[in-house]
Amino acid sequence: MSIGLSGVGYRYAGETKAALLDVDLDLRDGEVLGVTGRSESGKTTLCLVVSGLAPRTIGGRIRGAVRLDGEAVDDWPMHRLSQRIGIGFQNPATQLSQVAESVFEEVAFGPMNLALPRDEVVTRTWDALAALRIDGLAERDPRRLSGGQQQLVAIAGLLALRPQHLVLDEPTAQLDPAGTRLVADAISRLAADGGSILVTEQKTDLLAATCTRVAVLDGGRVAIAGPAESVLADDRLPRLGVTEPSSVRLRRAIAAAGFDEPRIAAALADA
Amino acid sequence: MPDLAVEGLVHVYSEGEVRALDTVDLHIAAGEHVALVGQNGSGKTTLVRHLNGLLRPTSGRVLIDGADAASLTVAQLAARVGLVFQDPDRQIFSGSVRGEVEFGARNVGLGTEARREAVQRALRATGLEGQEATNPYDLGGARRKLLALASVLAMETPVLVLDEPTTGQDAAGVERVREIVANAAASGRTVIAISHDMRFVAEGFERVVVMRDGRVILDGPPSVVFAAASWAELGSTYLEPPRAAVVGDRLGLGSTPTDADVVAGLGAASG
Repeated sequence: MSIGLSGVGYRYAGETKAALLDVDLDLRDGEVLGVTGRSESGKTTLCLVVSGLAPRTIGGRIRGAVRLDGEAVDDWPMHRLSQRIGIGFQNPATQLSQVAESVFEEVAFGPMNLALPRDEVVTRTWDALAALRIDGLAERDPRRLSGGQQQLVAIAGLLALRPQHLVLDEPTAQLDPAGTRLVADAISRLAADGGSILVTEQKTDLLAATCTRVAVLDGGRVAIAGPAESVLADDRLPRLGVTEPSSVRLRRAIAAAGFDEPRIAAALADA
Repeated sequence: MPDLAVEGLVHVYSEGEVRALDTVDLHIAAGEHVALVGQNGSGKTTLVRHLNGLLRPTSGRVLIDGADAASLTVAQLAARVGLVFQDPDRQIFSGSVRGEVEFGARNVGLGTEARREAVQRALRATGLEGQEATNPYDLGGARRKLLALASVLAMETPVLVLDEPTTGQDAAGVERVREIVANAAASGRTVIAISHDMRFVAEGFERVVVMRDGRVILDGPPSVVFAAASWAELGSTYLEPPRAAVVGDRLGLGSTPTDADVVAGLGAASG
């Protein structure tokens, strides 16, 4: 399972300037690609393009080619595409159906629309709730949860669809550290099952923990891309408006204070 | 400048049995800068919504300068306590950036000249100058969030409450929010911010209040709340100290550093 973009450009309807330009990206089986970059560098647009919502649902003009598992998807309608690739929006309020009376119903909404057998829907729903440790919220009204809890419900709804490919736009923006870790674990598990996942984040610590590769966008173009370790330690990050991971900042600070490498390594070990 | 006190505050949302606040006592002196942290669903947002009358206590009292908030009108509360929502889309309604920022300022009764200046200051602080005619929904998510902040800043309330102001912000956006908090500090305004961003909390606030299951479990300066002695308590609500605090402890730096720069300073002094 893979996602491939070659020479992709995109311009929103009514805009004169392109929001994405010459983007080449490849996500292989089981890979998590982290995308970061300053605000309005094109991260959300990239999510819309990869998931197919742009241009199918929101209009605009696209160039270049998007491929899923090697197949060009240009002429695929949204309903076909959405069975292969899921998208999680930045704002969970946008994602929730607003018609479900309980968290359980909300999470079951997607699988029910895939016309799966009833038992399968129930199993998938409980699995997704358990993965994010929100099974205790199953009976609650999703509209009356905290922002962070809503974000977990929205992500559970995506997990229940068991998508082969997944696009997540800042999935942990409103989450506490524990929720952030649960989402990171869920992403890693999906990838271990062979899914390819694209996740945008400002939290570079999270990218360091979950991604195999990282791309940094700037002005709609890919400014740096490569293995997560090297991209996240790149000294161009501050100039590109990206916060360096805390491990990078702390390593520099400890070294500046005169500690030797063994002490540095011990201080930074799996914290 | 008002002094805020919460006494025996309990809040039970009318639908369901969830005790969102379970006897909270808190005193915040005029001009204090307090960060409110805790797990998703721990009651942070519910608590701050009592400060400007959006929610009324099930039992207990909210005192603003000694006056029971229940005896003040919504207009009187709004002129004292400005609240910026977590999700800007629940707050924004005007067709232009300027209209949005002017609305609150007009409603708290600022005169034409004072209003013009307040609006200008708020636009400058949030970096939205030059965007006055833009439709808020043509702004990216991060700038829309800054717009919501600007519209409350322009009301020049003596108390400013920010619900997760840094989520979705890039490095420059976080820096902007940090400056806004620092400037509010310099002018003697009280700032209360809910955040999961421990680095933002540790660097920008003199007091950290930790909530769990609707109660306050820790309350003190960052160097105390994030010190090794508090880690077990923090862990009980799935919070983690900033990584700098962990590194400081491992290096035996003595006091608890809250950021990489502090690590470098303490390390140089001790080495």
